[in-house]
Amino acid sequence: MKRHLVSVLVEDHPRVLTRITSMFARRGFNIDSLAVGRTHLPGVSRISFVVYGDDRTIEQVEKQLNRLIEVLKVVDHDGPRLERELALVKVRVEGIEERLELKEIAEAFRARIVDVARSALTFEVSGHPAKIDRFIEELTHYGVLETMRTGALGMDRGERVLKLRARKEAI
Amino acid sequence: MTGAEAVLEALRRQGVEVIFGHPGGAIMPVYDALYKRRDLHHVLVRHEQAAGHAAAGYARASGRVGVAMATSGPGALNLVTALADAMMDATPVVAITGQVPTAVVGTDAFQEADVTGVTMPITKHNYLVTDVHDLPRVVAEAFYIAATGRPGPVLIDLPKDVQNAEFTGSFPEAVDLPGYKPVQKGHPRQVEKALAALRAAERPVLMVGGGAQGAAEPIRRLVERSGIPAIGTLQGLGVVAADDPRFLGMPGMHGTYAANQAIHQADLILGIGLRFDDRVTGDLSRFAPKLRTLIHVNIDPAEIGKVLKAHIPLVGDAAWVAERLAEGAEPLAIEDWWRQIRAWQQAHPLRIPERPELQSQEVIRAFGEATGGEAVVVTGVGQHQMFAAQFYPVKRPRSFLTSGGLGTMGFGLPAAIGAQVARPGETVLLFDGDGSFQMTLQELATVAKYRLPVKIVILNNGFLGMVRQWQDLFYDDRYSEVFLADSNPDFVKLAEAYGLPALRVEAKDELPGAVARVLESEGPVVADFRVVPEEGVFPMIPAGGSAEEMILEPPKEVEP
Repeated sequence: MKRHLVSVLVEDHPRVLTRITSMFARRGFNIDSLAVGRTHLPGVSRISFVVYGDDRTIEQVEKQLNRLIEVLKVVDHDGPRLERELALVKVRVEGIEERLELKEIAEAFRARIVDVARSALTFEVSGHPAKIDRFIEELTHYGVLETMRTGALGMDRGERVLKLRARKEAI
Repeated sequence: MTGAEAVLEALRRQGVEVIFGHPGGAIMPVYDALYKRRDLHHVLVRHEQAAGHAAAGYARASGRVGVAMATSGPGALNLVTALADAMMDATPVVAITGQVPTAVVGTDAFQEADVTGVTMPITKHNYLVTDVHDLPRVVAEAFYIAATGRPGPVLIDLPKDVQNAEFTGSFPEAVDLPGYKPVQKGHPRQVEKALAALRAAERPVLMVGGGAQGAAEPIRRLVERSGIPAIGTLQGLGVVAADDPRFLGMPGMHGTYAANQAIHQADLILGIGLRFDDRVTGDLSRFAPKLRTLIHVNIDPAEIGKVLKAHIPLVGDAAWVAERLAEGAEPLAIEDWWRQIRAWQQAHPLRIPERPELQSQEVIRAFGEATGGEAVVVTGVGQHQMFAAQFYPVKRPRSFLTSGGLGTMGFGLPAAIGAQVARPGETVLLFDGDGSFQMTLQELATVAKYRLPVKIVILNNGFLGMVRQWQDLFYDDRYSEVFLADSNPDFVKLAEAYGLPALRVEAKDELPGAVARVLESEGPVVADFRVVPEEGVFPMIPAGGSAEEMILEPPKEVEP
């Protein structure tokens, strides 16, 4: 079971996200994370998600997505790719010593302290999801109070881009 | 013009002549607009599910898009089963449903249901129209999506205020869907590869499914020219005529011995317009173990590789591909293969048990002989359906209408209504079971209202026969809740209550006369054939089995 990061361009219509997630649920595809946002193209949104599966599963994920009328383009980023996630992590903190330790950990992960309270610190960290996993793991010792992650965003490295004009093989 | 009038105008511009539907509060503006139009016929059904199946029957029998209409909430939800059925069997249907006014959508208003939400997974696409000026575009898109590519149902949900709103726009001819460009042609290089593989094959078979119903002409030429053994799935019956000597019958759970053995021994399968459903393949790991080449032709790329790995995938329209294959095919040198197949056919033909009582298979065979396999046959779901598939010799495409993927009991009568509307001059013959028939029997009223000359043949064994058969075979004869005979209505009296002529047939010697009476009656007729209560559909491959485990005859204890 390989980890795949897939990007989808969709028409920005009501319920388009529901169509996609309901299809995943119905066909038993297990989605690890999902991120959605507008693009620079009017009326076009981009969804990226992480899914685990063998080649056959991924092929079906792509094909079933392509069957949806409002899906414009599907790409499995299987070459060199950029992958980034943003997370907010709130940690319990007691005493100056812990504060210093946490600051050191944050520096190692290039996380920033974005909020400070008497007994809690909130970090903002971005990077590959695996890095964020490790960061949160490091903090569990201190007591993680709350986490919020965006889900992975992905893009091919180099000059390869998701183009719209490609004729979609729809059914 | 109001939104309601615009919808009907848009339907007319799509060539719609008939709508199957049932009115109600939230769709009343459209019905009011309909009242003023002379160029759109409406068939009033007695339950919305029937409107959906009738639209599907119309679509399957004609090759055109069928239209169903219902009100909001319960009306629309009653369409759900029919939409799912159309989705599974790739039937082009457009459903138009009323919705509560946009101002109260989401407030649990009277007869409100989230119909676009509910139908999302069982339609090819759906729309909730919130701006009256979107209507012509939405209707045009809905018809385009329903009819092209792999056909399917599309639902348009229409809030009442949108129906009443003033419309001033125009009606576009062209459709622009950037995310939907159905393929039409196959890849010529894949066609060449397929032809080369076909030439090299020693034990090839052709399998055709529902997607090939519009490609019968080139497929028949391909069979004729190449001499390839041909097999038709339940949805593919009639693509190759049943009396063609190269036709081996149906594959799968209740398929013929020869068809299943041929698949089991085949080194090449050319599959056109089918999806290798589990009722066809059984246990996938033991399906066609000697297969070296699967050529899978389907217009839906997602079907190729979904169940079986295709060695030569061929995405394209069945008629286009079959045309190229027919042009390029050469006579196959497969005499040994044919000798083997003939031996299988002779060893285990489809058999009708020797019994003194009237049997479903005999009734179907008699109708097959009397109609020369030329009727439009519609079925319900159950034992009678499998018997019809086995024993009615379907000669023409689009002439065997049955719920395959979803297996919807009650499909028969409303689908037969739709088929008769689509092909008014032809004999539409409904084979239904007593159980299946009772799921939509209220549509006898529709048959009566329009004097649709549907020939309704009830194969009445007083049981939910298919379930009973499984209880026989796999549940130690524990007949849990399958006995109907003690409470079935008198179908003759029931028909007469609707003003329909009816007859009852109880013995073998009455059969020829009864068949003639049914077929010669000018209008509708209901015939209650009292068949032997405990019959079994054989051969049978148990669910999840393989051709090696085919049960050819009923186990001894089932014999009377």
